[in-house]
Amino acid sequence: MSGLTRNCVARVIIQQLFNGLALGMAYALIAVGYSLVFGILRLINFSHGSIYAFSAHMALLFIGMQFGVIPAIAMSIVLTGLLGVIIDKTALEPLRKKNSIPMAALITTIGMSNIIQNLLMIFFNTERKPFPAFFDFGMIKLGNLQINSTQVVMCIVSLALLILLTLIINKTKLGLSMRATEQNAKAASLMGINTNFIISFTFFMGGASAAIAGALISGYYQIVYPGMGFMVGLKAFAAAVLGGIGVLYGSVVGGLVVGVSESFAATFIGSSYRDSIAFIILILVLILRPTGLFGKKDIKKV
Amino acid sequence: MLKVSGLNTYYGHIHALKGIDLEIKKGEIVSLIGSNGAGKSTTLGSIAGLVRSQSGTVTFLDNDITNMPPHNIVKLGISLSPEGREVFPALTVHENLKLGAYIKNDKRSIADSYERVYELFPRLKERIKQTAGTLSGGEQQMLAIGRALMSEPQLLMLDEPSLGLAPNLVLLVFELIESINKQGTTILLIEQNASMALSISHRAYVLETGKITMEGLAKDLADDPRVRKAYLGA
Ligand SMILES: Nc1ncnc2c1ncn2[C@@H]1O[C@H](COP(=O)(O)OP(=O)(O)OP(=O)(O)O)[C@@H](O)[C@H]1O
Ligand SMILES: [Mg+2]
Repeated sequence: MSGLTRNCVARVIIQQLFNGLALGMAYALIAVGYSLVFGILRLINFSHGSIYAFSAHMALLFIGMQFGVIPAIAMSIVLTGLLGVIIDKTALEPLRKKNSIPMAALITTIGMSNIIQNLLMIFFNTERKPFPAFFDFGMIKLGNLQINSTQVVMCIVSLALLILLTLIINKTKLGLSMRATEQNAKAASLMGINTNFIISFTFFMGGASAAIAGALISGYYQIVYPGMGFMVGLKAFAAAVLGGIGVLYGSVVGGLVVGVSESFAATFIGSSYRDSIAFIILILVLILRPTGLFGKKDIKKV
Repeated sequence: MLKVSGLNTYYGHIHALKGIDLEIKKGEIVSLIGSNGAGKSTTLGSIAGLVRSQSGTVTFLDNDITNMPPHNIVKLGISLSPEGREVFPALTVHENLKLGAYIKNDKRSIADSYERVYELFPRLKERIKQTAGTLSGGEQQMLAIGRALMSEPQLLMLDEPSLGLAPNLVLLVFELIESINKQGTTILLIEQNASMALSISHRAYVLETGKITMEGLAKDLADDPRVRKAYLGA
């Protein structure tokens, strides 16, 4: 009897671990959006959560128009990337040109967040809408373990994208010019780099990866609503800060910590703790390491 | 090659350049002399597109480049090694140089540029993989000059290239400027060390609080009593 219970607990732990890893990888995809924009502008883009919600609604809209799930998601990725660019071009770039105080840009992103969420409410109304479980291939057997295929897909897709992103940043000429712009935008422009294009591209990548996460998480929970980006956005932000904002692999580790702690807290402490545990960990980490787990000591803007 | 006429630049209410006129001919070394805050760096910044000017024109090889964004000006063949080095601190020496050649696509010619820069500054070659932020001040200065050369500019603008260098290195930098010039690059130079700058220049301009007050052959200016008194400490 007690052997059976132990077996059961072990299975729940492993189940929850995979659950947490899957969610965590998706958080990481959203977290890199905060990290990329912060790296290049030293700005926390608080509209990122709403950008994520926007992506899920676009995917839902195109699925409803019978484009097929994958093309619908592809269109949502492009549109969401463009939304990021539009936010920067219409609201943030004018502030940079006027050399306004950092707080102005921060408030602008919060305003943008509310505007997007409001528009979603107007056009899609506030109710929770079903989203197809488009990557559910049943259970996968691993020895005498059963893992949900959705979790495996989420892990693999997110990991592949994060690796791709890292390769772009570290191995391509475009990535080199992103790093240069991040370190010294003025010098980068003297090298012949169009820094405005680089900033737009950064917003595009942030939006596009949020859209991929949006499709994954919506397919996982099978539910979509305008306010869905609020808590997820905050958690992804916590993940980015936890790992050290501006450091990509930090976002991945941060995302995993947030995802796994969330799913364990929900199972073993009680589901009412699921949304606060990530922040408790964040606060503890920041007290011990103010720059986050992998953060650079001194990110000086030259 | 480069012609600046009636250039006016403001920082907010500060009128930093008050109608600057200057001209540089192909193959020359031209110096810009002036005390702190005279507007020397602002002049180079206005030419390079970093600072917007309110009126006046800048023409380079028959192109009107007034208020063109900096990344397009580089493509036309003007390169600036800015005041204070401004290297990319977390990137390696090699990556910094690679960015210097950002506008070039021809692999062969990029390889030639590396070769040339490493030949001019062997010390950089020993530190290819070191991040620029960990280089000594003098080495960073070499990197900044080398990086500006990577695009093979027709006009190289150097803002205080010998700042913070040991006396023997200062000498080396001046020799380098002359040899870069002999290899066919036109040079616009700002230097605190006015006597050395004048000694290697063909012509020079004296800038005082945003206005050009004197111009002429470098050797004539070096003999001018006013210049000697104000800038050569004689
Ligand atoms: N970003 C800025 N904002 C406001 N004022 C500025 C700015 N940059 C320069 N100035 C002002 O413009 C004037 C010219 O400055 P500039 O840097 O061109 O001088 P400079 O001749 O290069 O001096 P130095 O020899 O000290 O480098 C100075 O009065 C300076 O205070
Ligand atoms: Mg200066």
